[in-house]
Amino acid sequence: MIKYDRFKLGNGLTVIVHNDEATPLACVNILYDVGARDEDENRTGFAHLFEHLMFGGSINIPSYDEPLQRVGGENNAFTTNDITNYYLTLPAANLETAMWLESDRMLSLAFSEKSLEVQRNVVIEEFKQRYLNQPYGDVWLLIRPLTYKVHPYRWATIGKEISHIENATMEDVKAFFKKFYCPSNAIMVVSGPVKTDEVKQLAEKWFGTIPAGVKHNRALPVEPKQEEYRSETVYREVPYDGVYLNFHMCARDDAEYPAMDLISDILSRGNSARLYNALVKDQEIFSEINAFVMGDHDKGTFVVSGKVTEEFSTEHAEEAVFAELQKLCEEKVGERELQKVKNKVESSLQFAEMGILDKSMNLAFYELMGDANKINTELSEYLAVTAEDIQSVAKEVFRKTNCSVLHYKRKK
Amino acid sequence: MSTLNRIQAPEFHAVKHVDLKKSDDLALSNGMPLYMVNAGTQEVMKLEFIFSGGMRNAQLPIIATAVNDMLDEGTKSRSAIDIAEELDFYGAFIETEVTHDQASFTLWTLNKYLEPSFEIVNDIIRNAAFPDKEFSIYRNNRKQKYVVDTDKVSVLARRRFAELLFGDDHAYGKRTHLSDFDKLTTSELNAFHKQYYHAGNGCILASGNLPANLYEVLNKHFGGNDWKGDMNGDIVIAPAVSNAEREHLVKKEGAMQSALRVGRVLFNREHADFPAMQVLNCALGGYFGSRLMANIREDKGYTYGIGSGLSSMYGDGYFYISTEVGVDVTNAALKEVYFEIEKLQQDLIPDGELELVRNYMTGVFLRSTDGPFAIADRRRALIGYDLDYNYYDRYLETIQTISASSLRDLAQKYLKKEDLIELVAGDRK
Repeated sequence: MIKYDRFKLGNGLTVIVHNDEATPLACVNILYDVGARDEDENRTGFAHLFEHLMFGGSINIPSYDEPLQRVGGENNAFTTNDITNYYLTLPAANLETAMWLESDRMLSLAFSEKSLEVQRNVVIEEFKQRYLNQPYGDVWLLIRPLTYKVHPYRWATIGKEISHIENATMEDVKAFFKKFYCPSNAIMVVSGPVKTDEVKQLAEKWFGTIPAGVKHNRALPVEPKQEEYRSETVYREVPYDGVYLNFHMCARDDAEYPAMDLISDILSRGNSARLYNALVKDQEIFSEINAFVMGDHDKGTFVVSGKVTEEFSTEHAEEAVFAELQKLCEEKVGERELQKVKNKVESSLQFAEMGILDKSMNLAFYELMGDANKINTELSEYLAVTAEDIQSVAKEVFRKTNCSVLHYKRKK
Repeated sequence: MSTLNRIQAPEFHAVKHVDLKKSDDLALSNGMPLYMVNAGTQEVMKLEFIFSGGMRNAQLPIIATAVNDMLDEGTKSRSAIDIAEELDFYGAFIETEVTHDQASFTLWTLNKYLEPSFEIVNDIIRNAAFPDKEFSIYRNNRKQKYVVDTDKVSVLARRRFAELLFGDDHAYGKRTHLSDFDKLTTSELNAFHKQYYHAGNGCILASGNLPANLYEVLNKHFGGNDWKGDMNGDIVIAPAVSNAEREHLVKKEGAMQSALRVGRVLFNREHADFPAMQVLNCALGGYFGSRLMANIREDKGYTYGIGSGLSSMYGDGYFYISTEVGVDVTNAALKEVYFEIEKLQQDLIPDGELELVRNYMTGVFLRSTDGPFAIADRRRALIGYDLDYNYYDRYLETIQTISASSLRDLAQKYLKKEDLIELVAGDRK
């Protein structure tokens, strides 16, 4: 059970405080409710580029990292299709330094031309390093637009293409900041050996005077129900073929989500999982295979991805995956197998609750989903999933006409 | 009411002292060392076995790796799937790791399932059988992964760099070649397992919220004399024979980026200069605000990231700088690397920067002692070295007191350009 206090400042900033006296460190996690899904389709990759710019100095403080490192702190951030999350840990006695730094960049950035120019280059190198100069690196750049036709999940957080990043202007940066980086669009979690009163006082002092801004109204196009099987084949300079199946499924906070998540565990978590034993070990069709839920906030996808061994075609491999998925639709999962994946979920949670960083991120994440207390209650939703629930969502999701398949073949 | 001064940083408190909890050092009935770190509030624990049997001990490094990877692929009485089913059912996690010097096997378990998970782990570690079918699948899949990795410039650089530093045949320089996979046999795996995975050649590290009867339970499973051989993992490491040429290229056609490595053989954690070199390394490339990052990423935008580090093995150590940059700026990036090294050799690190590095490193150390598993890792880092907990006192003392002129001396002594081997994997233009 994770205890916390929650309050809101006059400008709409939500603050959550979690006391943990076992650590000498404090953690500050700020989640901004903006991700790649909020981008203009002609300026993709912007939320992520913007994350880099958040380290390029703020209105009163020329460097973000330097003063934090000076007091023994460390920080990082990540951007997904749904959110942008910034986090830091530092010796608890220096909590105020964190509040000073974070509040100034929420107030306003420095908007330095030099920082924009350099970070454009850094992100372009990141694009090359992770997506282009890597075997199988462009898989997600291909499969997203195959799966989504109208929803902005059709592009990856890095963006559709390098030119979108090259063309980012200072006007774009300023407009993006104004629209998304305001107190009413953020959730701050402070944890460690800290008292709520002390955090309240610091939050009022440093964040209280930041103008509220206008909470933007997200109105994204809804992806129409997929009615036809889709597949695409590409040829690349890779040593082995890969196959990627992407199925539409529910959103992160829908009631069916825990069942889908457990299905991914049944199929692919640990060495006792079904896909590994059937397709890697028994039939030797794949050299590696994974199944996972993307965890998207809007209606998202369930992915099966694998690398095929020399002896088999990707078409055969795809059929073999469907045969395994079909079993979930036709036969109820056994009691022990279901208990096994539930035990694993419960155990992972115990381990995740050991560190303040994990706890802080999760509190912010669940608060965005509607209620931070879900951190304490979500497990019971997993434990309540029945074999019937599993079968019913499997039937709904694992249909050919709900699937987009990428055949990623080596050039001969 | 006064307006808030947002320009002035709030007062801060430099951490001077870190309370590091020490392990309780015991031995099982058969003499196997047991280090226990009792801390934390969650009802969970971590049990790690460390054997002195790494890649350096194997004729082909892949033998050591395969033995370690395949421990849970079947025992005399359990199939691979039996093991996986049972461990997964108890919500336990296992992890294996092989380094040059060591092989380790780690179990994370809920305290309530401690006994049944220990029973399985005991079977895995002592009775691993390396069944033929599992072996053949393992070998094929590893081989496939090896080939995929060969497409990555970072992997090409890593494989070649060790050879250049230590020599192709050296215990720390030899690497795996594609043809090695076909030379592997299960009898070699069985022999390696028998020789190195036993109570006489390893130790146990237990951490977490430890139950009161842990010693008895461990002794019951792992304390027997039937599981004890000779201590034979510790071998003499020959001096490194670094490549005589300074500049090297592993060319990859069509690469968009080059992976760069610059470095040299140095020394390990036991050396008196090691903590001081860590401070120098931190300033150069050991953190986000380091000189290499500030120049090559944040000023020039040549890379997504660049870093440097010191690697410590039982018998030796090395210093390295590592990055991936656009092929077109490969030479420009290297020029900046040497520029930053020369600056450290010529000029004193300014007070403000040195203070920052001191505080930052102390903060990192504080973070590395947070929680039971992290505390256990501090004990772990001493295992196999002629070091005790005083090492950390020396380390903190050095961080806080080393002078700028001593750091400049170290840069002049250890980072001479002519001593640094330079490797580009990709292309240079």
